[in-house]
Amino acid sequence: MEDALLLHRLQFAFTITFHYLFPQLTMGLGLLIVIMKGIALKTGSEFYNNSARFWAKIFAINFAIGVVTGIPMEFQFGTNWARFSTFAGGVIGQTLAMEGVFAFFLESSFLGLFLFGEKKLGPRLHFFAAFMVFAGSWLSGYFIIATNAWMQHPVAYEVASDGSVALTSFWGLLLNPWILWQYTHTMIGSVVTASFAVAAVGAFYLLAHRNEEYGKIFVRTGVIAGVISTILVAFPTGDGQVKNVLNHQPVTFAAMEGLFETQEGAPLVLIGQPDMEKRRLDNPLHVPRMLSFLTYLHWGAEVKGLDAFPEENWPTNIPLLYYSYHVMVGLGTMFIGIMLASVYLMRRGKLYSARPLLWILMLAFPFPYIANTAGWWTAELGRQPWLVYGLMRTVDGTSTTVSAGNTLFTLLGFAGMYFVIGMLFLLLVVKTITAGPEAALKSHDH
Amino acid sequence: MEIIWFCAIAFMLAMYTILDGFDLGAGILHLYVARNDEERRTVLGAIGPVWDGNEVWLLAAGGTLYFAFPLLYASSFSGFYLPLMIVLWLLMLRGLGIELRHHVHHPMWKTFWDTVFAIGSILLAIFFGAALGNVVRGVPLNEEGYFFSPLWTTFTVRPEAGILDWFTVMMGLVGLATLKVHGANYLAMKTTGVVQERSRRVASFAVWGVLALSVATLIASSSIHPEIWTNYSEHFWGYIFPLVALFGMGGMFYFNRTKQDAKAFLSSASFIGGMLASTAFGLFPNVLPASTDSKYSLTVYNTAAGEYGLGVGLIWWSIGIVIALGYFTYLFYSFRGKVKIHSDGY
Repeated sequence: MEDALLLHRLQFAFTITFHYLFPQLTMGLGLLIVIMKGIALKTGSEFYNNSARFWAKIFAINFAIGVVTGIPMEFQFGTNWARFSTFAGGVIGQTLAMEGVFAFFLESSFLGLFLFGEKKLGPRLHFFAAFMVFAGSWLSGYFIIATNAWMQHPVAYEVASDGSVALTSFWGLLLNPWILWQYTHTMIGSVVTASFAVAAVGAFYLLAHRNEEYGKIFVRTGVIAGVISTILVAFPTGDGQVKNVLNHQPVTFAAMEGLFETQEGAPLVLIGQPDMEKRRLDNPLHVPRMLSFLTYLHWGAEVKGLDAFPEENWPTNIPLLYYSYHVMVGLGTMFIGIMLASVYLMRRGKLYSARPLLWILMLAFPFPYIANTAGWWTAELGRQPWLVYGLMRTVDGTSTTVSAGNTLFTLLGFAGMYFVIGMLFLLLVVKTITAGPEAALKSHDH
Repeated sequence: MEIIWFCAIAFMLAMYTILDGFDLGAGILHLYVARNDEERRTVLGAIGPVWDGNEVWLLAAGGTLYFAFPLLYASSFSGFYLPLMIVLWLLMLRGLGIELRHHVHHPMWKTFWDTVFAIGSILLAIFFGAALGNVVRGVPLNEEGYFFSPLWTTFTVRPEAGILDWFTVMMGLVGLATLKVHGANYLAMKTTGVVQERSRRVASFAVWGVLALSVATLIASSSIHPEIWTNYSEHFWGYIFPLVALFGMGGMFYFNRTKQDAKAFLSSASFIGGMLASTAFGLFPNVLPASTDSKYSLTVYNTAAGEYGLGVGLIWWSIGIVIALGYFTYLFYSFRGKVKIHSDGY
């Protein structure tokens, strides 16, 4: 049973982590493509129009892989988490079905028009198609966050006679107070990823002295979108999300911050390794009283540590939760620094020749992926030991009829399949970037 | 309320089978009807802008099943664990086959993905048919409404049948033959020249296979699961569904011979719709019959979600489906007519 639980969890964690590498780029990139097309429509700049065409190619590759790796997510609710689905399907099935009916149909229909219909549609309608693809992907994100928000903070339900939950308020589910910050934080996080990706390709072109006109456009677009999104992702959205956790999952908050003991004037831990045996943080580096201040705006406020809660409700993997959270916050802080420096040099007209900073921009693009992934791990590990917070424990949600051996078989299958998909993805993206935006123009003109 | 949702999901699955059916069918055939790069690009051009949207019907049907009948979703997805995962992998490979082909211009790359696309489509058609076969035959449900079926055991129908036995494999072949004709009719409608001629020829042969296999499964289903006729004897109007399928079958023969490709395509579409509706009508109110003890059978009544959720769902679902049908009408309208290949497509 223990084995089976671990394998069910590993398979879901692996497939969702891999999947989210793709939508996190497309949701942000969708917005940037709409902006590029908007500028092209307004100014008539063929460079901007062709930049949009180039990024649409990268978008299409990401979108295709996002779609194929997304299908297993919906399936796994039923295949691996049957008791959870029987229990909660009446509520979260609503948002998942709405995603299919409202967002997927919209995205898939307009994607075909967006990718293949530029000549047929003309510039205005084509801009509209791009906008609808962007809107569809953000709508899809909303339904997924609404689903996750219900698992983090269940609302609008009642327990029926057979022990499952039934929906009592449609708008209660869709306007769960947990959604606001989680949604904005997640979406802006994806804009951060897209900004860094666009800036990185631009920096590469400038450093390599190829396609320099496009290099400048990409760096400019990436840096402007980047400075706005890196700040918004921390404040107010990140801060708001931490307050959600503090108010509704206080034990998770203590574990994220690595706070073992309840104390007044609690320090903010920057670095340190949790030692679960001795219940303390090894090699800590902290700012005294800062956690109390950030949490309650009062230097001496009392912050509840893990000791304030029964151990059976502690998150099951506190070190990984703590690291995930600190990796996310640490990287997020560095992102703000990189983008502020870039904007500063851009305003002084020196960014395009500032080679050290261009190198940093070029090499930084993997880190937003890590930060976004770490953020989701924080949310999901933080919810443990609950599958639905306070209502159903993870151990009670699995499919009882699926044996550990069968789950291991499919986990290995997914590992192999995703390895191949990952290689193909890299091959195609590298090929597209090497071919450059002029190739996008050529294939359009044919 | 449960009946409405039963019909809604049956409708979505039928839409899926008809729409994704033709691009699966195109995949089954394309190595044969399209022999060189230009011809294959024509085939991909005919399905390229729509195949992804077609597949969304499966996802949307899955999501709707999840929220309307949670226990049915949980039970069938965990019970059919291995075949579903294999279907997932096939869907992935097939999607990659369509989308990645045109990114590298080398004959080996293209041949590889063309083959992946064909194998994926063939196996998916068989698996979908076999899945329906499992629902007709029944599965070993326990008192909690769960089960687990291995992929195969002895290939006999009972007891302890696997997912694949002689009956479900036969249903799989019905699926393969039907989608092959359906895909051929679609390609005949959307293409010209040799691809069109070959597609018509395939349809004219394969339709005999559909007829023979359909008659065989009809006899087999009646002997394995005779209850399937109960609803028909109680509600005579139900015969309208088999009648639709029968007209579809006739149309497939007639319009193929008279070279009216669009009508032939509509005929295979109504054959698929009629067959699925006939099965659904025969099964109702069961949605997953138990082979163990009929009191364990999952029905629309013992698996449905709460009354409020189903009611409010009906409102947004109706709106959403009307919008989706609007998109599809527009999409198919804007890609109407014969396919012309150009380089920013496939």
